[in-house]
Amino acid sequence: MTSEYHTAVGADGARGDGRADGRVPAQVTRALTEVDERFGTASFLRRTLNKVFPDHWSFMLGEIALYSFVILLLSGTFLTFFFRPSQQEVIYNGSYTPLRGIQMTEAFDSTLRLSFDVRGGLLMRQIHHWAALLFVAAIIAHMCRIFFTGAFRRPRETNWLIGFTLMTLALLEGFAGYSLPDDLLSGTGLRIAYGVAESIPIVGTYVAEFLFGGQFPGTDLIPRLYVVHILLIPGLLLALISAHMMIMWHQKHTQWPGKHRTNDNVVGAPFFPAFMAKTGGFFFSVFAVTVLLAAFFQINPVWLYGPYDPTQVSAGSQPDFYIGWLEGALRMMPNPETNIAGHTISWNVFVPAVLIPGLFFTAMAIYPALEAWVTGDREIHNVCDRPRNRPGRTGLGVMMISYFAIMLLAGANDLISVHFDISLYTTTWIFRIAFLVVPPLAFLVTRRICIGLQRHDLRTAQHGYETGRIVMLPHGEFMEVESQLPDEEVARMGLEYRQGPAPELPPPVDEHGVRAPHTRNPLLKVRRALGTLLYEPELPEAREAARHELPAHGVRGELPSGEDREEAEPSRRG
Amino acid sequence: MRVRPLRIRVRHRRLAGFVVLSAALFAVGTGYGLATEHTGAAAAGDPSAQIAQGRALFLQGCASCHGKAAEGTANAPSLIGVGAAAVDFQVSTGRMPLAQQGAQAPAKRPRYTQEQIEALAAYVASLGPGPAIPGKEQYTPPKNADLAFGGTLFRTNCSACHNFTGEGGALAYGKKAPPLTHATDRQIYEAMLTGPGTMPVFSDAQLTPQEKQDIIAYINAVRAVPDPGGFNLGRLGPVTEGLVAWLIGMAVLAVVAMWIGARAKRAQ
Ligand code: HEC
Ligand code: HEC
Ligand code: HEM
Repeated sequence: MTSEYHTAVGADGARGDGRADGRVPAQVTRALTEVDERFGTASFLRRTLNKVFPDHWSFMLGEIALYSFVILLLSGTFLTFFFRPSQQEVIYNGSYTPLRGIQMTEAFDSTLRLSFDVRGGLLMRQIHHWAALLFVAAIIAHMCRIFFTGAFRRPRETNWLIGFTLMTLALLEGFAGYSLPDDLLSGTGLRIAYGVAESIPIVGTYVAEFLFGGQFPGTDLIPRLYVVHILLIPGLLLALISAHMMIMWHQKHTQWPGKHRTNDNVVGAPFFPAFMAKTGGFFFSVFAVTVLLAAFFQINPVWLYGPYDPTQVSAGSQPDFYIGWLEGALRMMPNPETNIAGHTISWNVFVPAVLIPGLFFTAMAIYPALEAWVTGDREIHNVCDRPRNRPGRTGLGVMMISYFAIMLLAGANDLISVHFDISLYTTTWIFRIAFLVVPPLAFLVTRRICIGLQRHDLRTAQHGYETGRIVMLPHGEFMEVESQLPDEEVARMGLEYRQGPAPELPPPVDEHGVRAPHTRNPLLKVRRALGTLLYEPELPEAREAARHELPAHGVRGELPSGEDREEAEPSRRG
Repeated sequence: MRVRPLRIRVRHRRLAGFVVLSAALFAVGTGYGLATEHTGAAAAGDPSAQIAQGRALFLQGCASCHGKAAEGTANAPSLIGVGAAAVDFQVSTGRMPLAQQGAQAPAKRPRYTQEQIEALAAYVASLGPGPAIPGKEQYTPPKNADLAFGGTLFRTNCSACHNFTGEGGALAYGKKAPPLTHATDRQIYEAMLTGPGTMPVFSDAQLTPQEKQDIIAYINAVRAVPDPGGFNLGRLGPVTEGLVAWLIGMAVLAVVAMWIGARAKRAQ
């Protein structure tokens, strides 16, 4: 077995550097052999240890999410030892004096006990909550990376959908957890959630009562949220994260364009030892940052908020940031209601809290399919797009981000009003107008900037850098000396992966007077309209540039030579 | 681990403040009493002298807006019947005299001495009946004030505008409920009694004097409570927490990721 293991690695290692024996220390090899004799894992491990990972930092965003999830599981388990998910009323007599003697639910009582009377309890609560914020933030950042680099394209559509589901579940999980302590702030959030459920036309009231176990607040809610928070969603998350990772493992990472980097290989560091050291170190970094935040920054001081009481609502009530955009949508919305046959439809709640999120989230979920449909691109893509090389998509992404950013800011409009001395109604109007005007503008501006950057790349690739050195030629002509770019850098621009102009369409009416399908079929019309967003617009420079198109770039597609310190995994189907 | 009950600590600190303050007030009060007693029989025990002084100050500093007889003008409301407490609150928090017309009078450094304020208050009080300046025994919460009940009352009656941590909040038309971080016990009591600006009046029928004291005790306690979780981020809740998560947490981690990436590359 030993020899087989070695040969196997050797055969594989022969690809570039023959480092097989040097790479895996003898002790490790021996230990692995022991394992292999029993479970036959060698080939799996060999593939694992030699797995190649790209090394751009933006590929680590998903790892922040993964590691925060681990921290959440650990700290959350600690919390379950002391938290009591019950809405039974008790009288508080713990050590936080300003609340002593007050009636409150056991949930709030036990959260106070965790905060003041359990050793390390407050730190754990704070670790759990900061990790939750980092978890969601990392998922969002990771999702943006996937989007802007086109890493969702074939063959990764499934993983995009799984990732999207993970993101949605993370939002729900966070909201459920944040509601557990039953404090005045989170209770206000639940009250809003009840109203949102009620706003659904026709079935709303039933849905709300079904979810909350009767009229708000009832006594079932916290126990239900608890099961959802510590069992249901974590279980789903765990299963989906596993699927996500396995698919990723199988399909391998995407990689940035560069010399020797193709759709058929991965260039980067091998899993062992380089990537393992890197990711291991990164795990500890995520842990350290979370604990440092928890140790030095107070989060969710529920004792200052007090227990939930339906008769009380405080100024400055905001949810955590990942729900804040919904709060903002509600705050921005004008106030229409219609009354149909004695049945009130609250558009003021339904539109911002159900319809808009529904539309936005559906758009996010189906985007890969939508883009493939519009562009007709069914190719396999393993090389990332540089955002500038896809001006339309990048523009759409920035547009989406600006929608969410404006909603998020609107959710804090009262704080903005107080701290920046702007009247509250003025902020509402600013946000309403911004919501309509800024995102389309962001789209146009971003797309234009991308095109500009792309043209700049193209020019530099063709003419090199301007050196600023002017020489006079023998016949008297002056010219500037340009320094040619190394192949390496040109390859990194990924110019051959640029979004092309829209495909030519047949004339609307052919010589027989028959109208072309794209002028008749409404679906094709939609496709055409979306195409105008995604494809590069016909700028004069674009036409000009197309005429001086780059020749296909030299050495791309070859495997790295021996002295290239990076390694390549030649087969994508390994 | 048991955290030492906070009340004791809070009380101690407040008690020390009160001892010093009471001593100072007592000294000033006696001194002032003695001085006025000696300046003439007419002033001593004769409130009309104080009213006359107040009227003079009023004509100088307030009449331009409130009218010569405090009857009100287009620029400012009538002060007849607002009572001494309103004047004491408005002038001692620096809101009056108003410097500039705006959505609401901002608090600033008071322009008048306490003696002058009392004279102004006496003058306005003489124009019509209204709430008097509360005495110290009225606004000072007793040692056994019900802090927790005060908290409940605060959340029910005040937090809608002033926020549960007393950090203030925005109201319609550019008005705002200020943070309750500076007001003295007397000013808090007077605010409830007179309802400045858009704030409602909390008459003794709505909140008994004892309940008002409980509220004051709670406000003081929340101010004094240390933040056991670390830096409190302005006690502004999830908004600042979210900012920290992104601008510190995510930013640091992104830099770490870049650094590790760069190191890994060099190490290869
Ligand atoms: C520049 C104009 C201006 C000047 C000067 C001014 N006030 Fe006022 N005052 C106002 C306005 C306007 C209001 C109403 C403000 C509000 O409701 O926020 C007001 C409100 C008040 C109130 C509260 C009335 C109520 O109904 O509770 C009192 C008391 C008062 N002023 C006293 C004074 C005194 C005493 C002075 C002189 C030291 C003074 N003001 C100087 C403009 C002025
Ligand atoms: C409807 C909103 C509202 C409610 C409810 C309310 N206030 Fe106010 N409060 C205000 C506004 C507005 C001001 C500022 C008034 C001005 O400057 O003219 C204010 C001012 C104050 C001030 C003066 C602060 C300073 O630093 O000068 C105190 C103290 C105060 N309020 C205490 C209370 C207490 C205690 C309660 C509950 C019993 C309460 N308020 C309830 C709106 C409110
Ligand atoms: C996976 C993502 C998770 C997220 C995003 C998340 C988020 C949150 C949040 C925001 C809170 C409120 C914390 C606070 O009081 O300040 C919370 C509370 C809580 N969470 Fe989680 N959590 C997650 C996983 C878990 C897991 C796996 C467990 C248990 C095994 C758990 C157990 C708890 C408990 C018991 C509380 C209430 C305790 C308290 O607030 O004092 N959580 N969670």
